[in-house]
Amino acid sequence: MIKLKSIFKSYDGKINVVDNLDLEINSGELVVLVGESGCGKTTTMKMINRLIEPSSGDIFIDDENIKIYDKNELRRNIGYVIQDIGLFPHLTVDKNIATVPLLSKKNPEEINKKVAELLDLIELPHEEYAHRYPRELSGGQQQRVGVARALANDPDIILMDEPFSALDPITREQLQNELLKLQEELHKTIVFVTHDIDEAIKLGDRIAVMADGKIIQYDSPEEILKNPINDFVENFVGKDRLWKTPDMLKAEDIMNKKMVMVSQNRSIAHGIELMKDHNTNFIVVVDKVSDNQNKILGIVGTNRLRGFENHSIKMKDIMKSEFIKIPYDMSLVDVLNIRKERKVTFSLVVDKNESLIGVISNTSILNVLSEIVPEREDY
Amino acid sequence: MKLIEYVLENYMFILEKTGEHVQLAGIAVLLACAVGVPIGFMITNNKKAASIVIGVANTIQTIPSLALFAFAMSIFGIGADNAIFALFLYALLPIIKNTLIGIRNVNPAIRESARGMGMSRSQIMFKVEVPLAISVIMGGVRIAAVTCIGIATIATLIGAGGLGQLIYQGIGMMNYEMIFAGAICSALLALFADFILGLVEKKLTSKGIVKEDLV
Repeated sequence: MIKLKSIFKSYDGKINVVDNLDLEINSGELVVLVGESGCGKTTTMKMINRLIEPSSGDIFIDDENIKIYDKNELRRNIGYVIQDIGLFPHLTVDKNIATVPLLSKKNPEEINKKVAELLDLIELPHEEYAHRYPRELSGGQQQRVGVARALANDPDIILMDEPFSALDPITREQLQNELLKLQEELHKTIVFVTHDIDEAIKLGDRIAVMADGKIIQYDSPEEILKNPINDFVENFVGKDRLWKTPDMLKAEDIMNKKMVMVSQNRSIAHGIELMKDHNTNFIVVVDKVSDNQNKILGIVGTNRLRGFENHSIKMKDIMKSEFIKIPYDMSLVDVLNIRKERKVTFSLVVDKNESLIGVISNTSILNVLSEIVPEREDY
Repeated sequence: MKLIEYVLENYMFILEKTGEHVQLAGIAVLLACAVGVPIGFMITNNKKAASIVIGVANTIQTIPSLALFAFAMSIFGIGADNAIFALFLYALLPIIKNTLIGIRNVNPAIRESARGMGMSRSQIMFKVEVPLAISVIMGGVRIAAVTCIGIATIATLIGAGGLGQLIYQGIGMMNYEMIFAGAICSALLALFADFILGLVEKKLTSKGIVKEDLV
């Protein structure tokens, strides 16, 4: 775990580049520091491997203050990847990867094994690439080697300073995906700096949005998108962002919490009245309305009421008892797919205990979409 | 043809003088490397020191060579040591300058990543900066060597010998063969030194580095 405590950094004694910053990063977590240039994100990151010393405040790695370590020793145990890649042009790929283990005086055989393993991991075949020089690689390959080099000494922590921003969009996307794949395998603690909010949302387990040396919001990507803490975060994230990432919208965000319930033994006439009163086209049939358990028996839509002359027929006789229960955390995309597959117009949303918490109808989906689609006059 | 005759007759003398010449220039360049390269390194991080050192070296360079030898002689007297000293001063500038340029041209991102990986200052210098700057530094050494071999022809005037002796004696005796032998030998020597140092430069430079057009 990395813990930054009341960190200040000032170069001139007047302006705080980093201003009373607290940050906790759990082991195995990929945390993205995101913000515009000059917000202090890179400075913050570089304090973790002491490339920059804080003016005041302490940084702990696994509860040890990093000041007790020798700087170079500390850096050898923290992987470091930078934007300009920084491979040594005079060394071949294998020598580049072996740099840090060599500094740490590891056994040469072990190093060779590790290099082969890492080349395998970044999918650059050893025979073909090990003895090439960096200039003989494409930008994407170079940064892959950069990542492999950061992993060579088996560090628990890796710092990445805008590692993909100099790459073309296609390569960038590829490398982002590879990083996610790697992280699934390796579970390193990664501090990732970027100015690209898309990248942050894609990669981060948690995102720290920074401005003026402070962390404005530190949350999961979902939370940042759905509940930006203030206008700054909202504008930074972009209002239409949620729309671009529909995976982040869950069933509970689109469901309608107001639903009309009716006891199973009430008559159709009562049901029709309820629907009229509440201006809805479906009602949920439950065991007993008073029962807080909300145990669902079925649903009745207006289509089911048609053609029943006898208004004394009970709700339980006409209700549709086969219905899909949608877990509260299913994504919008999945919800839409299910609705399309099963041709249903109403879906019930249940919480962890299987009790009803809301309904998704075409109207509720429309409502949500109209809220998040950016307002534009030319619609 | 008289030239060949002269060379054949006096090859021992010519060889001796060539040896002296190589010794003068060689020692001066070696000393200049030993002093200039470290100075070049030391001033890379200090703009003020860099401008002072380069300024002084530039000034030395502008002193006409004959005048510099005259100064050296008037201060230290006659002999090879003083010639070497004067040549050494000449060799310093290109070596310091190229070392400075070579180190300064190392991409800061590479230095940054070296630091971030946990290299100490001296490790960065020997494992990163020197290998990356070596071709530029060697370029300076080559210039210094060629300059010194050229200027060493004057060293004979303060009694240091060398191929210059052939030329000046030849002039005194109106012996053209002698003059040509001295002149051609020193020119060939300069070309040869440049060639050898070029090979050394190539050997020392990693194949991963494409030498940019820094002369």
